[in-house]
Amino acid sequence: MVRSDPQAADGAYVECLSVTKRFPGVVALDGVDLRVRQGSCHALLGENGAGKSTLLKILCGALAPDSGQIRLGGVSRRFLSTADAIEAGVAVIHQELNLAPEMTVAENLFLGHLPTRFGLLDRRALHRATGEELAFLEEDIRPTARVGDLPVAQRQMVEIAKALVWDAQVLAFDEPTSSLSSREVQKLFSIIGDLRERGRAIIYVSHRMAEIAEVCDSGTVFRDGKVVAAFPDLSRVTTDEIVSRMVGRPIRDIYHYRPREPGGAALAVRGMMGRGLAEPVDLEVRRGEIVCLFGLLGAGRTELLKLIYGASRATSGTIEIHGVPVRVSGPPAALRWGIAFCPEDRKREGVVPQRSVRENVNLSARRRLAPWGLLRPAREQANAEAKARDLDIRAASLDQLVGTLSGGNQQKVMLGRSLSQDVKVLLLDEPTRGIDVGAKSEMYRIIAELADRGIAMLITSSELPEVLGIADRVLVIRGGRIVVSVDRQSATEEGLLRLALPTSDAGDRGGH
Amino acid sequence: MSTDTPSIAARSIRALRDNAVILIVLAILLLWLKLYVPVFFSPANALGLALSISLTGMVACTMLFCLASGDFDLSVGSVVAASGVLCAVVIGATGSIALGVAAGILGGFVVGLLNGTLISVIGVNALIATLGTMQIARGLAFLVSRGEAVAIPVERFFALGSGHWLGVPVPVWVTAASFLVFGFLLGKTTFGPNTLAIGGNREAARLAGIPVTRVKVTIFALQGMMAGFAGVVLASRAHSGQPNTSQDLALDVISACVLGGVSLSGGVGSMGGVIIGVLIMGTVQNVMSLRNVPTFYQYIARGSILLAAVMFDQYRRRAAARSAAAGHKG
Repeated sequence: MVRSDPQAADGAYVECLSVTKRFPGVVALDGVDLRVRQGSCHALLGENGAGKSTLLKILCGALAPDSGQIRLGGVSRRFLSTADAIEAGVAVIHQELNLAPEMTVAENLFLGHLPTRFGLLDRRALHRATGEELAFLEEDIRPTARVGDLPVAQRQMVEIAKALVWDAQVLAFDEPTSSLSSREVQKLFSIIGDLRERGRAIIYVSHRMAEIAEVCDSGTVFRDGKVVAAFPDLSRVTTDEIVSRMVGRPIRDIYHYRPREPGGAALAVRGMMGRGLAEPVDLEVRRGEIVCLFGLLGAGRTELLKLIYGASRATSGTIEIHGVPVRVSGPPAALRWGIAFCPEDRKREGVVPQRSVRENVNLSARRRLAPWGLLRPAREQANAEAKARDLDIRAASLDQLVGTLSGGNQQKVMLGRSLSQDVKVLLLDEPTRGIDVGAKSEMYRIIAELADRGIAMLITSSELPEVLGIADRVLVIRGGRIVVSVDRQSATEEGLLRLALPTSDAGDRGGH
Repeated sequence: MSTDTPSIAARSIRALRDNAVILIVLAILLLWLKLYVPVFFSPANALGLALSISLTGMVACTMLFCLASGDFDLSVGSVVAASGVLCAVVIGATGSIALGVAAGILGGFVVGLLNGTLISVIGVNALIATLGTMQIARGLAFLVSRGEAVAIPVERFFALGSGHWLGVPVPVWVTAASFLVFGFLLGKTTFGPNTLAIGGNREAARLAGIPVTRVKVTIFALQGMMAGFAGVVLASRAHSGQPNTSQDLALDVISACVLGGVSLSGGVGSMGGVIIGVLIMGTVQNVMSLRNVPTFYQYIARGSILLAAVMFDQYRRRAAARSAAAGHKG
């Protein structure tokens, strides 16, 4: 499958030359140049809306550039469709994977050129070839498994295998790790390493700077549709330097952490037990304290937050707010006691996309805003305005539909909703997932301000730098039990990760 | 960021803009009528039209809430028939109008409660649940009436369906009042935004602290009561409880709502739009009757309108999705 190419490793294989793409009202790409060598992993860096996705779409034939040139191995190419791009050896591994969920792994891999015998599908040949392709990925996937039944990580592997079947020379990954656990991420990186050794040109898009430092060797920074910096050797630049280029101003401390003196216990949970937990959980968060709940995907982080919020039923356990025992029978009761929750999955659980910013912000606060169930337009407007101002929600107007906002602004709308009542304890589930660096920094600033106001914050995160950057204290959760509580001073990346990984002997003695 | 509270004028303009396409359709329809079917505008015909849409209009008020919350109710036609029959039977047995009216509404309420419980507590798909209660209610109507119209012996009762007030038939007043009451519920009370939020994103609404199950059961119970009451009014108009009436009511009502901009997938809808949708449906049928179009063709016309309305809904959602995509491309 490895193809020896006359274009040796020194020249660039993928070349975009002054590519321009306009949409009504915006210039999405403005004379962009990009060069990626074979055997290199090249990062596309930039905030949401900077032009990375547009460039990927042009590379895979989904969009046609208004002007400029795409060259592969020195040959100028024009893609009129995605099929053209695939033919030319360009494959994009999308965030939303492009597989047919009802078909088997084998059928997906060879879709479009299934092996036949006498005009009939040759299943034996199909499964043998599939086995060969998957062997390279060292992944234990049955060729006959239905793709819809596979976990996300394995579906991604199938997608990569499919690109290899098509003999793709250029593989572009669009936020490939957003739904993967740490171990799956390591696996993906080793595969990307193998692909590089095989001389493929890799393009990598991610918001996670730590990942980019680990897997990419070169990169290009986009801002407002222009290339603002090209780094042929990423190992020579610091993350801060890259981030400054991305946001267009120097960023000193994106976490906005300042030491503060937490008050008395705001949230005390004892013997909380329910689905997703392995043993009863005790925890305490003090007023003005930021506690991060760190653990791998599936460790029970989200489940624990939802149990505290009453969104899923606890089989046992008590909750005290500011020392007063409360009964949380469900989200309405939780909100009445001053517990608010922002879910991780904004699209599925967070916002109502076809309603306005105003309605979304006011959704939880009608007990206060609408006495006797009667809406008061002036109060609704005042509350939404105040939240939009405090949190700097960027919308054309409060009437803008939330579905049309960026991820970071949707996150702020959810936060504004939570803050629309008297909140004492704020539960945030992955508040910065999938939002860009600038918006992340803003979110950290808001979190710090809320803690200053005395709100107790319990925040889940799977990004270690973030955890270390914002938390006063870290609770590590593993396999449905909280294994240790670590203070800010004694927390290190290696230490936390070792505690969070599901190995038999690490840190069960932890405690505090 | 806009800073002032939206004034009534601003909100009216927005309502006009949101319903612009359908208003234009209505205007063209009326213009065509003015030119080719002048009798349409005679006062007698206008009142006749108003009376003919009263049933659809009343039921559309609550169907708006069902659709806005992301579900629908196919059982309304059967409930209208069953409640009419029940009302007739009770009045016949007791001689009491009040008891008859109460029985009709209560019957509808029970079916609605059953619908709401099946759908939002047990989790049965709305199509299946209301298809089931539709058959059951129709069956009960036939069973109780032995398959024939049940005559109502108390003449005073007919005032509800056949009486006039200020020269306008009472059912028209009832329909207008329904528009006002449910328009108020949708626009001026928390019930409206809560319903729309549930239809827009049920899980988000639940996590935002909205009592989703309670709101849904309430919506279906109201729908049942409204259909029951409409059945009582219809029985009063017909002087009898008719077990086989209103077979296609649910589809007519849903078509009218969708024409009026209520999204079939939930989360979007307004009372103004629904009124326009009901008017268009009623006007088309009225005109076909005026021009003596045979009934068979009327079926085809109604089906075509339903399909056109659904395609229009699709088109609008795609346009919305496109503008959403343009909002944050990168």
